[in-house]
Amino acid sequence: MSPQNKTHAELADKFNRDVERVNWHDQTLWFVREKRDKAAHKIAEWEQLREAASQIKNNVLSNLHDYLVEFEQNALRNGIHVHWASNAQEHNEIVHSIIKKHNVAHLVKSKSMLTEECGLNEYLHQQGVEVVDTDLGERIIQLANEPPSHIVMPCIHWKKEEIGELFHQHLGTPKGNADPQFLTAAARAHLREHFLTSRVALTGVNFGIAETGEFIVCTNEGNADLGVQLADVHIACMGIEKIIPKRNHLSVFLRLLARSATGQPITTYSSHFQKPREGQEMHIVLVDNGRSERLASDDFRNALKCIRCGACFNTCPVYRRSGGHSYHTAVAGPIGSILAPSFDMKKNADLPFASTLCGSCTNVCPVKIDIHDQLYKWRQVLVKNGHTTASKKVEMNVMSQVLSHPMIYKFSGSVGRWVMRTLPFMVNNKFNPWYKQREMPEASTTSFNSWYQNNRKA
Amino acid sequence: MSSRDKILAALKKNQPALVELPVLNFAGNASIDLKEQFTKTLTGIGGLVIEVNNWKDIVKHIQSKFPKPDRIVNRVAHLNFESDGLAYSSEISNKPDQQAGQKSDPHDFSNVTVAIMKGEFGVAENGAIWLTDKDMGDQALPYICEHLVLIINKNSIVPTLHEAYEKIGSSTYHLGTFLAGPSKTADIEQSLVLGAHGSKSLIVFLIN
Repeated sequence: MSPQNKTHAELADKFNRDVERVNWHDQTLWFVREKRDKAAHKIAEWEQLREAASQIKNNVLSNLHDYLVEFEQNALRNGIHVHWASNAQEHNEIVHSIIKKHNVAHLVKSKSMLTEECGLNEYLHQQGVEVVDTDLGERIIQLANEPPSHIVMPCIHWKKEEIGELFHQHLGTPKGNADPQFLTAAARAHLREHFLTSRVALTGVNFGIAETGEFIVCTNEGNADLGVQLADVHIACMGIEKIIPKRNHLSVFLRLLARSATGQPITTYSSHFQKPREGQEMHIVLVDNGRSERLASDDFRNALKCIRCGACFNTCPVYRRSGGHSYHTAVAGPIGSILAPSFDMKKNADLPFASTLCGSCTNVCPVKIDIHDQLYKWRQVLVKNGHTTASKKVEMNVMSQVLSHPMIYKFSGSVGRWVMRTLPFMVNNKFNPWYKQREMPEASTTSFNSWYQNNRKA
Repeated sequence: MSSRDKILAALKKNQPALVELPVLNFAGNASIDLKEQFTKTLTGIGGLVIEVNNWKDIVKHIQSKFPKPDRIVNRVAHLNFESDGLAYSSEISNKPDQQAGQKSDPHDFSNVTVAIMKGEFGVAENGAIWLTDKDMGDQALPYICEHLVLIINKNSIVPTLHEAYEKIGSSTYHLGTFLAGPSKTADIEQSLVLGAHGSKSLIVFLIN
């Protein structure tokens, strides 16, 4: 994981040292956001779809108990083994026990943010099991020994020349070749070997259907399918909030998911796994890991509606300019910043502050999570619980004194303007965070209040 | 108390008062040219759509696209490469009338150049084709082959996923999938590359 004990601001500061790279990162993600807009605008009923998705998810959260029982019954009837894990540790142990039963030391895995959340790869590595991530982006960062920086595009922070060098070292491609087509072909050949020799394949889950006991996995590369169809054992790991009531609800979610994520009309493969094929063993691990507890909170429950499209990342001005690793959690970006504090309030106390509260995340969210409101509410919870820095506390106390006393407010305004006019170096220095990367504006000679008094009649 | 019971008890305790499910009232525009929209959308995501008048045309197209395939696996009984007097042979794998989910070793298909199978229907808004294990024979086939050929009835195309799920209804399968285009990735600097892990190309034939 990312360096411990560093805050988002400190890590973002490091990311921001390379201006050209930050601009490139920013523009690349904004390009994806624009693709999302184009795709969304083609659907006249887009807003109604978002509303329907939001309402279905509200229903799910209010009836999760019954839907999970229904899902379990139907999955068992379909011949799927169902496991329940209270926390990350139990999830990892269950997965390991299945692998151990089949006596293998090697498995292929497609993208699953849940297994990132649970630290499955590290756990299995300690048990002597090698996990090969098969999504191209995930394989790249796995070779580089890094966590993903984005939930949909895990290596969005890597440049092709760096990937060329990485592949040269690990896969023996010619030095200096950075052609995406060539590198993808090299990865295809390299991973095909792993697909053909793995007896166990692990996948995440996008949606579980209570009504039918099936689960849906969406990919563009086909890596989940290839892994699963060549393996004797399919293990699917699913957060309990991924349940939806009925199969036909997928029409709403699959219309929203890929368009929100990358601007595609649908992912290349939307696979519905209902029963194991003959001779195959299929397992599903249902994971709580704090979700049931979060369900009790009126303020923060809604974060459980997330379908992991990543639209809030691509639109966020802070994410685009600070990079995924600055968030030091498995799920970065705005949604990660409201999920992480409930896992560890102290460690992730900085994340709800890594936002301008502009609300763009909320506007693009396909299931209408009130992300920026929750960021704001988390700030209040964190301050009340004492998880803010001493300097912020002092600043806030001063601000609250100033803002609640009109006389002090007027006086400090005039002092501020005087300082900016006569002693500009007092504010134009590196100790003022507002001066970083920007010029301070020229101070006005009058306050807004006096300007208003003079101009109101005109 | 097992983890299952613990989780369920916590959910029962913590879930809010029941919120009703919304009534879904979505329908696509059936008055547009569905075939045209399907073709345009699938072409836009890297697929190739060819409309044909008869099965013989499909054979001819495949032969011109793939003059010397190492191995071709055909799951469609209507297609007859040999009887049309053409110097081309294909193996009919897992006869289409065979039971779904039958046991075969998927690894046997690792050298397939072209796989040909039927799809159930197409979706105009996203260029996806619905198919199940019954169409695939071996479930690995559509993913492991180098090039995939799907054949659907040109009148089977529905406007949106809403009509699609209506059509799927409560049918059962081992594996059902919406397949939309060749496998692809843009993980290296957002450059789109076709042929990530699954098929490098997809050709869809529309037939009556």
